[in-house]
Amino acid sequence: MISLLWLIPALPLAGFLVLALFGGRFTRQQVAWVGCGSVGTAAFTTALVGREFFQGFPDRESYHQTLWNWIDTSGLTVGVSWYLDALSLLMVAVITGIGFLIHLYSAEYMAGDEGYARFFAYMNLFVAAMLTLVLADNLLLLYLGWEGVGLCSYLLIGFWYREPEYGTAAQKAFIVTRIGDTAFAIGLFILFTQLKSLSIQQVQSLATEAWPVGSNLAAIVAVLFLIGAVGKSAQLPLQVWLPDAMAGPTPVSALIHAATMVTAGVYLIARMHHLFALAPLVQEVIAVIGLATLLLAATSALVQQDIKRVLAYSTMSQIGYMFLALGVGAWSAALFHFLTHSCFKALLFLAAGSVIHSLHHEQNIFRMGGLRRHLPWTFWTFLIGAAAMSGVPLITSGFYSKDWILWSVWSSPLSHRWIWFGALLGAMLTGLYSFRLIFRVFFGEVRTQPTGEPGLAMRVPLVVLAFFALTIGYLEIPHTLGNVTLFSHYLSHALPTMELLPGMDESSEAREQLAVTVSALLGIGLAAILFLPGSNFSGRGADLSTGRPLVTLLQGGWGFDRLYDRVCVRPWFLLTRNPGELLDRGYEWLAIGAESCHGWMSHTQTGHVRWYAATIVVGTLMLLGLFAM
Amino acid sequence: MVLWLLILIPILAAPLAWMGQQWSRNAPRWIAIGTLSVDCLLTLLLLSQDHSVQTSGHGSWLVESHSSWIPRWGISLHLGLDGLSVILILLTAFIGLLAIGASWTEIQSRVGFFHCNVLLALGGVIGVFLAIDLFLFFFFWELMLVPMYLLIAIWGHAHRRYASFKFFLFTQAGSLLMLVAIIALALLHQHATGRPSFDYADLMELTVTHGMAWWLMLAFLIGFVVKLGAPPFHSWLPDTYTEAPTGASIILAGILAKTGAYGLLRFTIPLFPGVMSEFAPLVMGLGTVGILYGAVLACCQTDIKRLVAYSSISHMGFFLLGAFAGTELALQGAVMQLVAHGLSTGALFMLAGALQERFQTRDMRQMGGLWGMTPRLATMALFFACASLGLPGLANFIGEFLVLFGSYSAQPVLTILASLGMVMAAIYSLGMMQRTFFGQQRETRIAPDLSNTAFGTLLLIAVLQIWLGLYPKTVLITTKPVMNMLVQPVVASPNLTHQPSESVSSSTIFTSQVSAP
Repeated sequence: MISLLWLIPALPLAGFLVLALFGGRFTRQQVAWVGCGSVGTAAFTTALVGREFFQGFPDRESYHQTLWNWIDTSGLTVGVSWYLDALSLLMVAVITGIGFLIHLYSAEYMAGDEGYARFFAYMNLFVAAMLTLVLADNLLLLYLGWEGVGLCSYLLIGFWYREPEYGTAAQKAFIVTRIGDTAFAIGLFILFTQLKSLSIQQVQSLATEAWPVGSNLAAIVAVLFLIGAVGKSAQLPLQVWLPDAMAGPTPVSALIHAATMVTAGVYLIARMHHLFALAPLVQEVIAVIGLATLLLAATSALVQQDIKRVLAYSTMSQIGYMFLALGVGAWSAALFHFLTHSCFKALLFLAAGSVIHSLHHEQNIFRMGGLRRHLPWTFWTFLIGAAAMSGVPLITSGFYSKDWILWSVWSSPLSHRWIWFGALLGAMLTGLYSFRLIFRVFFGEVRTQPTGEPGLAMRVPLVVLAFFALTIGYLEIPHTLGNVTLFSHYLSHALPTMELLPGMDESSEAREQLAVTVSALLGIGLAAILFLPGSNFSGRGADLSTGRPLVTLLQGGWGFDRLYDRVCVRPWFLLTRNPGELLDRGYEWLAIGAESCHGWMSHTQTGHVRWYAATIVVGTLMLLGLFAM
Repeated sequence: MVLWLLILIPILAAPLAWMGQQWSRNAPRWIAIGTLSVDCLLTLLLLSQDHSVQTSGHGSWLVESHSSWIPRWGISLHLGLDGLSVILILLTAFIGLLAIGASWTEIQSRVGFFHCNVLLALGGVIGVFLAIDLFLFFFFWELMLVPMYLLIAIWGHAHRRYASFKFFLFTQAGSLLMLVAIIALALLHQHATGRPSFDYADLMELTVTHGMAWWLMLAFLIGFVVKLGAPPFHSWLPDTYTEAPTGASIILAGILAKTGAYGLLRFTIPLFPGVMSEFAPLVMGLGTVGILYGAVLACCQTDIKRLVAYSSISHMGFFLLGAFAGTELALQGAVMQLVAHGLSTGALFMLAGALQERFQTRDMRQMGGLWGMTPRLATMALFFACASLGLPGLANFIGEFLVLFGSYSAQPVLTILASLGMVMAAIYSLGMMQRTFFGQQRETRIAPDLSNTAFGTLLLIAVLQIWLGLYPKTVLITTKPVMNMLVQPVVASPNLTHQPSESVSSSTIFTSQVSAP
């Protein structure tokens, strides 16, 4: 069964090919069947493969499959080969599982769209590329998946191609991430030149042998990989594309810009953890980037007016937590937060999609309100998602993952106290902006009349995801609360466990957890005071989104867009304004010079025989004179 | 004999195609297609032989044909085919077929003469790829030039006179330099051995003084680089590619540029190993400048054909970077880049031609939102835009990445700069898609989508792109022995091992690659 591994990426790819070639002739129902079916069967295959993989666990920690030699020349040998271990299986399960739910949801959500087949073709291609990324055994194949998801992201952000702004957003997303990708590629060149291999496992063991901890080469390669990861995962300083990426249809935002693609950077760093372990300084940078992004995005999320932009900033912020965990060496904690986040964030986006769907594509939260009674399914699932994101203690999954990260930050030898305080502040802000959304959208008076609840195909994914958003956290429960270590035990087959600082015992963990709980609840409470209609401050809370310079700054994502516009975009347009070129001018002068010489010489061609005869005589005399001398 | 067939079939069919005009309008087209198909099949036959057994050392050809011509001057009719030429001839025949297909509806006047010129030019190109006597080589080199000039001057667009003149002057100036160098080589041979010779094998054994080699290499370099269109010798290229009719643009970018590349690999690099280390950084720098300069100017363009032309300059920069890096990996990448660029640019010119035929403009500012009206055209454009920006899984990616992987050990800084071209490629490729096919629809005229034939042809190129992107072995295994030989002189050259230059580091890397399991 495990030899069916290749089918997992091949099925969505086949779905893409069928839809791309014959999609135009299919009915909508057939398109939906192919689109959802291919991802569904991939998820089913994952279950089969995963079951057998689990059965052989302690003896076999990884499974390797080579389909064919991709490139094999002059010392560079890479295959189209898959590598399955605990880490990639987790990723594959999330991608196919959540991917299937989102496809199912899209079957109804996109029903009225003229580009139905095109949409499912792109989505299937995306899933195939993403699976290639996480299953790749070597870095070049990983890069193929990496660029492939970038392309699909571009195509799906600009899916409604008639809107020029959407096209701009799509291009922005692709180009900004490609800057990161190029750094990643340069990292590959250095790695290959130094170690003569691109296989992920081999390269890391070679690097560990060849480079001492803290060596320059390791640091350079790690930094280049980090830039790639930062671009894909929308972290500082390449985060600017993600809020604009919300131009795409909402299921796209759920699948690509929340659950899967944007976490590719987290995967890359976790996958290359041996390399990053050789560069402790770079790891520290990762932690700082994570912290900075999570605070920056959280504060920006607080003042957005567009429901999807709030969620986009929240995604950046949550991925910031994952980077933070990676930076302090808590690999498993980062992946656990990835797991819970992909459940609750996909849920939030799908629920938001349901809101947008019922409000005729209204996305401004100030024109929403009071939807609690009209859309009960949506409300409850959204509430669960928001609660999980804020980390409501004990009953939501987000609590367990975030708590693990914060505890790791507190107890890791690689961390600092101030980082922990920053992350704690972030936890408070998360509660604040999550429940600001809840209170704005679902409470108060009705501002736009909704059309009603979505149908079954949209409701089933919501309920399933809500279930997981609540319960998936029970895979890992801290010592203080019951001590379940299913998840960390499982991942310990692929990732090292973090060492704690001395003196970190259960009582300090309990105290730390209390702080996390209080800060999350504080955020939610603050949201209730500021934004719950009827409370004393709700009028002033509304002001948070208008006017004032600070608010404008936050709304624009701390002015990064304007900065890049000044520093990069405008000079670039200035440079590329004129289609002519200077070099050509030089050749033109050459041509003009030749022509004027010709014009000057042609004056001697008068047609007078006497003049010709005279010049012949003079010329002959001169030549003779020359010889005579 | 089979080699002469490859050259003579198109050349002899050329007047036939001209006369065919009298019989029916489509007769010249079918004659041309038949001729090139025969060439294509013959080359495939040659390709299907086993190439891996080829031994090292220059002058070992898979197929060789030798007969004397003007013995007094050491000129002979000497043809030779190896892994490199067989790939390029196959590309020539295939791209030639594309060019004829793309001209099917566009060329309506003097159909016979058009196809006569196409066949003559292609015959000349195949001759260039086969001749290993330098005099014969120069003969074919000039043979392809004149029909090409006529193709542009007669069937070109509005500024065809200007463009065809510029094309002729630039390439002719380059060829003259080369001619001087060729004659100088023959005379040097006479000086050394007492008889002149234009033969490749003889000249390979000739030892030239350092200073002389430097000048000769420069002349050969300029002659070939002009054809490739590397700055500062590129200025003819955008004008010519833009003003030429679609079919000629495809031939120019897809094949003619490759003759320059071929010349560098066949003559410039192996003939003067002694000065290679001095030129290598220079030419690699030129390649990098080409990559970036072409990409920036591609971003400036509003004319879709001009954009493709500048992107072509950028892509050929990768070839130059790889060809002079001195590692087998980079050389393999450079050859792959030739094939990939031929396919992707050929397709892009076909698409630009299709747009111009439908809307009588190449100005992207007047297009926009065409996806809804012509989805097949748009899908194909998207595919080849992706190929052009180097999307992994397609052939261009293999070419560019092998070049970059192979060049990094020789010139890390240049390689990093060249990588920036990947970002710019994304900017101009996606910009082209955005302005042409996305956004608000400006064009109100209703235009038909691609015909089944055109769509099928483009689909075939797309399949080839994917095939070579996922299984590049098809090309790489054939060219490997040739590229391997190209690196040998650098390794063996005794005067280089003392200098701590780039070539030394690359040669040590090469040897370590060989010893690696």
